Amino acid sequence: MTRRYSALSLFKEGLNNQQGWQKAWRSPEPRLRYDVIVIGGGGHGLATAYYLARNHGITNVAVIERGWLGGGNTGRNTTVVRSNYFFPESVALYDLALRLYEGLSKELNYNIMLSQRGMLTLAHSPADMEMSARSVNAMLINGVEAELLSAEEARALVPLYNDAPDARYPIHGGLIQRRGGTARHDAVAWGYARAADGLGVDIIQNCEVTEFIIEGGRCRGVRTTKGDIRAERTGMAVAGHSSVLAEKAGFRLPITSYALQACVSEPVKPALDCVVLSPATGTYVSQSDKGEMVIGGGLDRIPSYGQRGNLPVLETVISGLLEMFPSFRQLKLMRQWAGIVDVVPDSSPIIGESPLPGLFLNCGWGTGGFKAIPAGGTLLAHLLATGRHHDISRPFDLDRFVRGRLIDEAIGSGIAH
Amino acid sequence: MTAFRLDTLGRINRDRALRFTFDGVQYSGFEGDTIASALLASGGSVVGRSFKYHRPRGIWGVGVEEPNAFVDVSGSRSLVNARATTEPLVDGMVVRSVNASPTAANDRHAFIDRFARFIPSAFYYKTFMWPNWHAFEPRIRQMAGLGVVDPSVRSGLHADQVNESCDLLVVGGGPAGLVAALHAAEAGKSVILCDEGCEFGGSLLHRSAQIYGKAGEAWVDETVARLREFGVVLLPNTTAFGIYDHGLIALNQRNGSGGHDRLWRVRPGHTLLATGAIERPLPFANNDLPGILSAEAGLAYLRRFGVVVGRNVVVATNNGLADEVVAALSAEGVEVTTVDYRKGEQIVAARGRTRVEAVELGDGRTLNADAVLVSGGFTPTLHLYCQAKGKLRWDEGLQTFLAGDPVDRIAIAGAAAGHFDLRAVFASAGQALAAVGIASGAVPELTAAPVAYGIVAAWPKPKMKGRVWIDLQHDVTAKDVELAARENFVSVEHLKRYTTLGMAVDQGKTSNLNGLALMAELTGREIPQVGTTTYRPPFSPVPLTSLGGLRGGSLMNPPRRLALENEHRDDGAHMREYGGWLRPAWYGDEAEAVAVQREARKARETVALFDGSPLGKIEVQGPQAAAFMDFIYYNTMSTLKPGRCRYGFILSETGGVYDDGVLVRLEENRFIVSCSSSHVAGVYALLEEWRQDRFDRSQLFIHNATAESATLTVSGPYSRRLLEAMGLGVALDDESLPHMATAAGSFDGTPLRVTRVSFTGDRSYEISIRADRALPLWRTLKEKGRALDAVLIGVEALMVLRAEKGFIVIGKDSDGLTLPMDLGATAPLQKKSAEFIGRRSLFTEEAQRPDRRQLVGLEVLDGGGPLVTGAHGVERTAAGNRSLGYVTSSYFSPTLGRPIALGVIERGASRTGDVIDIQHLGNVRQARIVAPCALDPEGARLNA
Amino acid sequence: MQLFPCPFCGLRSETEFHFGGDMGNLRPDGTETDAATWSSYLFLRNNPKGRTSEVWMHLTCGEVFRLDRDTVTHVVEKSAALTVEAHQ
Repeated sequence: MTRRYSALSLFKEGLNNQQGWQKAWRSPEPRLRYDVIVIGGGGHGLATAYYLARNHGITNVAVIERGWLGGGNTGRNTTVVRSNYFFPESVALYDLALRLYEGLSKELNYNIMLSQRGMLTLAHSPADMEMSARSVNAMLINGVEAELLSAEEARALVPLYNDAPDARYPIHGGLIQRRGGTARHDAVAWGYARAADGLGVDIIQNCEVTEFIIEGGRCRGVRTTKGDIRAERTGMAVAGHSSVLAEKAGFRLPITSYALQACVSEPVKPALDCVVLSPATGTYVSQSDKGEMVIGGGLDRIPSYGQRGNLPVLETVISGLLEMFPSFRQLKLMRQWAGIVDVVPDSSPIIGESPLPGLFLNCGWGTGGFKAIPAGGTLLAHLLATGRHHDISRPFDLDRFVRGRLIDEAIGSGIAH
Repeated sequence: MTAFRLDTLGRINRDRALRFTFDGVQYSGFEGDTIASALLASGGSVVGRSFKYHRPRGIWGVGVEEPNAFVDVSGSRSLVNARATTEPLVDGMVVRSVNASPTAANDRHAFIDRFARFIPSAFYYKTFMWPNWHAFEPRIRQMAGLGVVDPSVRSGLHADQVNESCDLLVVGGGPAGLVAALHAAEAGKSVILCDEGCEFGGSLLHRSAQIYGKAGEAWVDETVARLREFGVVLLPNTTAFGIYDHGLIALNQRNGSGGHDRLWRVRPGHTLLATGAIERPLPFANNDLPGILSAEAGLAYLRRFGVVVGRNVVVATNNGLADEVVAALSAEGVEVTTVDYRKGEQIVAARGRTRVEAVELGDGRTLNADAVLVSGGFTPTLHLYCQAKGKLRWDEGLQTFLAGDPVDRIAIAGAAAGHFDLRAVFASAGQALAAVGIASGAVPELTAAPVAYGIVAAWPKPKMKGRVWIDLQHDVTAKDVELAARENFVSVEHLKRYTTLGMAVDQGKTSNLNGLALMAELTGREIPQVGTTTYRPPFSPVPLTSLGGLRGGSLMNPPRRLALENEHRDDGAHMREYGGWLRPAWYGDEAEAVAVQREARKARETVALFDGSPLGKIEVQGPQAAAFMDFIYYNTMSTLKPGRCRYGFILSETGGVYDDGVLVRLEENRFIVSCSSSHVAGVYALLEEWRQDRFDRSQLFIHNATAESATLTVSGPYSRRLLEAMGLGVALDDESLPHMATAAGSFDGTPLRVTRVSFTGDRSYEISIRADRALPLWRTLKEKGRALDAVLIGVEALMVLRAEKGFIVIGKDSDGLTLPMDLGATAPLQKKSAEFIGRRSLFTEEAQRPDRRQLVGLEVLDGGGPLVTGAHGVERTAAGNRSLGYVTSSYFSPTLGRPIALGVIERGASRTGDVIDIQHLGNVRQARIVAPCALDPEGARLNA
Repeated sequence: MQLFPCPFCGLRSETEFHFGGDMGNLRPDGTETDAATWSSYLFLRNNPKGRTSEVWMHLTCGEVFRLDRDTVTHVVEKSAALTVEAHQ
């Protein structure tokens, strides 16, 4: 019986015909009552359950997932991790996540394939460079490393970038966060799931929440397709369905859901080392460890739960890619897909107690939830364990909209929100 | 050497021999061959290496279902990851295997297979954690990937994209598709018929049939000719790869001659899917050996290319469709032995080193074979139906998924609908047409014995002996599926992601069903309970160029051009893009910094000429116009007198300054909103939305006149003299035309408007005239300006001039969160009683905070150069450093002879005189907070 | 791509349109509006999964109108002129 993952255990089981490997997680039937319920078995929900157990010793937890764990946006994103944000509140949030990612493989005993090959945001004009300088300085002051690059330095990082005299968007310079890069999305979900399950958390798949149990004006649990489940506190981390659950709980959110497309090319030998974004084309791309170019861009700007986008956006993204990397004209599109992203007016997440006491929110991550999974999990776990905000999550409470204190990162990040 | 070419048979042209190399060895083929058929005919068996274990791989199929034969091509064509079975052979091709080095036959990484047991599916999640992934990643990245991107290939050609509509789109030009297209055309419908093969005919190109007494191939030729006569759009080499919303179907049309493919966006009234079915492999140990092919492919290689796969062939099948394969090979003198699963026979293992040499049967017999053709049954190709959200249903009799409930406007016929007998195929075409309301003609007469499919289940089972391959390209075996189940990755999505089954270039066309059938068995479920993964476009890989289209280079986000651009260029302008417009940044041969300083200094000494045409000009008219302007603007505008102008802000509903600009009131009910050039579309949409959603659209009219007029700015101490010399028919004395007033005039018979408004802080006039009449006016200004030592100034110089006055540029000195009070504009907040956009947002808790970032000027103290734009003001505390704000604009002022800067700093308005640290990348300087306006704060220069 | 019916121009490509928010999100005028009501108008959204009624602008002609459609199936039901009644 092999529980621990290692080169040694691979060797052992290789000789043992793989017979000793254990289930990565159980498939338990839900119990009637838990200390905490987490709705949503994606990266954020599973991380929350893990940190409840690990940081707070709360293991009597159920994660309720209506499909298969990790099957939502966590399984559909372009795997970028970074913390190159502008406001100190955002930097604290995303860099908490990045620092946790840095130790995560060892902590979870699961290789999440964190590849910090650098996140490069290009500048195409003197005006772009001014904005880049503003961002780099903001990051440095907030204690996160970033570099302002000259045109030569930026070009050296992406040698296949269009250097023709008539290039539409020549490189003028750039901004790089060298600690940024990618991580394997499935591994993050599965790693957290296995670790949480190992600590005693029940992960209930194929179980859909149909209603909230509300008594005395408080959320006491959920009604599901597998019966009622009660708990002191309930958290929700359901990207793409936050408004749907909110409606069941009797409130609305400042969220509009859109389809975000992504696609991959066929795998080729290494041709791109870092993650690179051109704010001018709106396209960003990285090359996975399997060799596929992983390509993303802006939203289909039509509110949708359809998990599919249409050709105009795909063509815009691809034409942007080919303008950036002309030699990629030799490549073919192998597969495209889409998720549902919950977009918030200030492009910052919503973390905190909902208008229904006892129900806690972790939502509104828009196009950028994957990079924040360890932080989202840590912060929601803190709320569910203590009923109070962690310092880092306080600014992201839902009440910021009433107070008018928006943390508007669309200005800072350059990626379409 | 086992496969060989016959002297007869096949649709190739033996009169035209083609030469090519594969992995450095010379081969030849014929016109009409694919790379795969030519390789097969040459006896080549190992064409590549599998992704993970580097096992030898041979050609499996004959079409898009091919999992193994991918090649890079150079020489007469340049292709990366080309599929050898669908790539036509061209003379002079240099073909290389992928994922193999130095050659597919001798791959230096073949040894990896010996360690396969230690690297099963998902092994990389269980190790590589120490010291970290970076220690292993570079090597793994080197090993991954198939073909190589050639960095020198940067062809400038762009792909065409075509939009088309029709009554009926028929996808698939085999028997069902051809009959359907013909009947629809006869019924007067407009038809597009596409097929991913290079010729129409589908299975009729390799299966014998007698239709109306003629060979099937002849019927195909005749039918295609008739379709052509009817004007049917015939698209061979064209794959319908995706269905999108509202009935749009995307096709990729391959270009045979080395140019780019073409994208077709088709909106058909109805679609008929006659997309055929794909053969499945049979599961047995070592079923991945080269020389094991799809039985259907074996028949196609014989009949289409005249290639026989071997001399001693085993045909293993669980269904009746392989009977014809046996007969066809036997007729060519091939020794054929059948292994019939319908009779309880089965193969349990194949044997051989780099290709198959024998097979072991379940009854203990061993059969020698130099090729094995297998048929595990057929899976109807229903990707487009599923992409359109169709739900599959399991058919127990056919042992496969068929389309379930119909999807609006999509019909299915032929093998795609589960019909494998030609008579039934033809009949189904008629039924499918009827289902979408198109009358069908007579079913073609056939002379043939019906084919009994009679499939028996032959799915992979748990605990099969040996290594039974499920996904050939990604090296997924039955044991990997068992491992996935053991670790509880039992949903079809988890199975796929854990094992990577179905995620290779072939996207599981020959592997998905076998994989999920095994998972069903392992978990005690029926196959339909496991289900399939989501079908997504594209059906097969589509060149990125097809999707990129013409949108590149100068056709990508083309900047808008000034009517006077050529004139500016002739005057030595260096053009740069600002807010979507291409504009002169500076003029002349000097370096930018020198030229800008010269222009800015001169502008305040004599008279400057500036092309301000991109400035927004949106006309608002009607009885409600004044009330409308009060709602739109932060400032009160209804009190503006006709003939006067007022500077104001347009806020967003969250209170942020969305745009700034001057409002001109021409008459009681006529205004011109002039907004930043980069915001014109946004302001126009904002105005229209409020007009229609709050006001009475019959009392209020809006017209965006921005592109119709050129706006030429004349600024500086001599500006009035220059205008007087122009004879514009405008009274220019300061009483008739004070600052912030407008008047009508004309030039050479063309009406124009002269507005006295200043972005430089000097006396300044903006002349608006029809864009197509701007050139003579501009030239006259320059000519008469010569006597006044006039200077042409570009955007960069203007930026310096306005900064000297503390005038902001929206988006540079402000962002979406900047409130008007942050910019010092507090009067309307306190005094205006009319409702306006964003008003309530100015009273939120946040808006009323005393520590907001406010617009300030920044004075350099150390005698050095200008501050860096983007540097931050920093407060150092025990807890660490904190940003107070940042420098937004920074220049050397030639008029003042020192640096000036604007910025937004916390509590800035009440900190005038304070000295703060300014930090850029670790360098710290000091600056004093001063008023934003550094030059002439009383505004005397406006009237000088 | 999706096709939307502009009441003025007829069926046009999705790229010509701009999403303007929920129907029925009426503006609470005045400085006396309480903070929660104002922020609700500014930020809270119905965001329904399924049938929805929205305000859209056809950028080509400038028409602002009501559009009823489904956010899951993407089926478009109808468009209608923008009137006070339409907002209910």
